[in-house]
Amino acid sequence: MKPHTLSVLVENKPGVLSRVTGLFSRRGFNIESLAVGVCEEPGTSRITIVCIGDDAQIEQVMKQLNKLIDVIKVSDLTENDRVERELALIKVNAEPGSSRAEIMQLASIFRAQIIDVGAKTLVLSVAGETKKIDALEKLLRQYGVKELVRTGTIAILRGSKTVKSAK
Amino acid sequence: MKTGARILVEGLQREGVETIFGYPGGVVLPIYDELYDSPIRHILVRHEQAAAHAADGFARASGRVGVCLATSGPGACNLVTGIATAYMDSVPIVALTGQVPTSLLGNDAFQESDITGITMPITKHNYLVKRTEDLGHIVREAFFIARTGRPGPVLIDLPKDVSTREVEFEYSDSETVSLRGYQPTYRGHPKQIEKAVDLILEAERPLLYVGGGVISSDASPELVQLAETLGIPVTTTLMGLGAIPCDHPLNLGMLGMHGTRYANYAVTETDLLIAIGVRFDDRVTGKIDTFASQARIIHIDIDPAEIGKNKRVDVPIVGDAKSVLKDMIARVQKKKDYAKWHERIRSWKEKYPMRYRKDGALRPQYVIEELSALMKGEGIIVSEVGQNQMWTAQYYCFKKPRGWITSGGLGTMGYGFPAAMGAHFARPGETVFDVAGDGSFQMNIQELGTVSHYRIPVKVAILNNRFLGMVRQWQELFYDRRYSYTELPPVDFVKIANAYGIDGMRVEDPSEVRPALKAAIETEGPFVLDFRIEREENVFPMVPAGAAINEMIGGPCE
Ligand SMILES: Cc1ncc(C[n+]2csc(CCOP(=O)(O)OP(=O)(O)O)c2C)c(N)n1
Repeated sequence: MKPHTLSVLVENKPGVLSRVTGLFSRRGFNIESLAVGVCEEPGTSRITIVCIGDDAQIEQVMKQLNKLIDVIKVSDLTENDRVERELALIKVNAEPGSSRAEIMQLASIFRAQIIDVGAKTLVLSVAGETKKIDALEKLLRQYGVKELVRTGTIAILRGSKTVKSAK
Repeated sequence: MKTGARILVEGLQREGVETIFGYPGGVVLPIYDELYDSPIRHILVRHEQAAAHAADGFARASGRVGVCLATSGPGACNLVTGIATAYMDSVPIVALTGQVPTSLLGNDAFQESDITGITMPITKHNYLVKRTEDLGHIVREAFFIARTGRPGPVLIDLPKDVSTREVEFEYSDSETVSLRGYQPTYRGHPKQIEKAVDLILEAERPLLYVGGGVISSDASPELVQLAETLGIPVTTTLMGLGAIPCDHPLNLGMLGMHGTRYANYAVTETDLLIAIGVRFDDRVTGKIDTFASQARIIHIDIDPAEIGKNKRVDVPIVGDAKSVLKDMIARVQKKKDYAKWHERIRSWKEKYPMRYRKDGALRPQYVIEELSALMKGEGIIVSEVGQNQMWTAQYYCFKKPRGWITSGGLGTMGYGFPAAMGAHFARPGETVFDVAGDGSFQMNIQELGTVSHYRIPVKVAILNNRFLGMVRQWQELFYDRRYSYTELPPVDFVKIANAYGIDGMRVEDPSEVRPALKAAIETEGPFVLDFRIEREENVFPMVPAGAAINEMIGGPCE
């Protein structure tokens, strides 16, 4: 059982996301993360899904996804060379004084940006692999994370390979 | 200029639809008004569930797409059981539902329900039509999706303003359907087919395990040809009955929970299981680890998701059963001698025949045998769900595909009677029997009204045990005979039939069975037979839930 990153190319039609997520819940598959947006082909969207399962389960997930009429292509990127990114916005307690300086230092080490400065808080924006965001989050917890928002993972293959419809 | 309703009705005609089953209501009035002068015949059912089942029965009997129509909200919701039934058995139907006007969508308007949301898990695909301009294309697409690939139900939800709006519209003959996300594979991969044939020739004890997929792809002739060419025995699922004639020497009958002992023993000992158009359903496999555990497995199915879903497979072949079987037959040259295997099967058949007690009591198995003898493999037998269904599967001799219609996957009580009505419209000249339980029949008994109204010549044979028999059987065997809420008070079904203007007859003695069945067949219109059978008769043999399929209880050695 390990996380798999699936890239799902779908028709940009109403109800598609609900068909995809509904399929996961009713067939007892778990979604770890999900991110959706339009993509380079007009009229289509790309959904990146991270889900955990053994090989047989993942194969079944992919086959069931493929059965949906509005799903054009499903690829498992897990075994391929790929880059993955996630974006997080983190609002952390930062009283003026020492902690504020420490947080700003952490931000620069993680290449996070401070995108809002409040009287008692800072908002950090950080992009990267899930593990990196997890690590920063853990460090920030000691100051008190007031709010955390993550986009879910998106992924793309390295090099010239692409996930596209057959035509 | 044409209204949406007109475009819909023209679209249905272009798809070759002659009969639809439905029930009107406010938001479908524009469609009903259009139907008023259309050549399409509309059958007014008494409950929308029956409309969906009738469309399904029509589809199974004809191999074409069945169509049902209901209003929004309650009407649409009443279709749900019928749609789910069709989905589980891969039956091509198109369900049309009315919807509140687009301006009111999502407002909890009067008789609004999110039927596309509700039916998402039980349709192959569904549509909420937002623009009249799209309707013509959607109708075509819906029929295409329903009948191609692995068939299944498709729903089209039509807001009232979409059906009343007028747009410029002409059907073009050149229009075709092409969907980039939907490209079923029909031809099996030649390499895989070659591998399969090699395995068959290597095997000592091969067995064909065939199901509904062979019926829906009209692949029976090819199946029988392959079996005969090589001399491979065949066992079928409940859905596959009729794919090979019951009396064919290679036929082992049905396997699974209420299968024959010899079929289940054969599966247990086979070294090569050739699975075609089946899905390794738990009612078939019993304990999955022990199912065909000595065998290599070839699995042929049009739906790639079925292959490897429940059981690991050695040679997967994605494709249409008919096409793959043809390709296999073309490659089979040598005939192998499986004499020892046949000998083993013959000894099982001799030792464990299907048998029931003959002591002068009115037993359901006898009723089915007599029905079978009279029908001689012609006509259409539909069943309800429960013991009646299993006795019919066990004791009726099915000789042809599409002669047996039953709810296999969902096991829907109340399915049979309306499905039988639908089957009649598919093959009007043929005798249609619904074999029923008294419980199941009462689940859509109101359709006596429809049958009477249109003089639909459907015959109903109620195996009346005054119990929810199959559930009572489980209570007897596994719950210490504590018959919790499974006893039904006697009902005079003949009187009920008479109240609807339908003839009927009650039968209490075995000697009356044949004359009664004859009377039903010879009567021109519908007919209801109430067979007062032994109350606590059981279906045997039986594999207890969760056991291996060779661990059967009951049967001739009861
Ligand atoms: C709609 C529905 N409700 C409940 C069941 C569960 N069930 C399966 S068989 C059965 C009893 C059927 O009784 P009857 O129709 O009298 O047939 P018999 O088994 O006596 O032949 C029941 C309640 C079902 N299959 N479908």
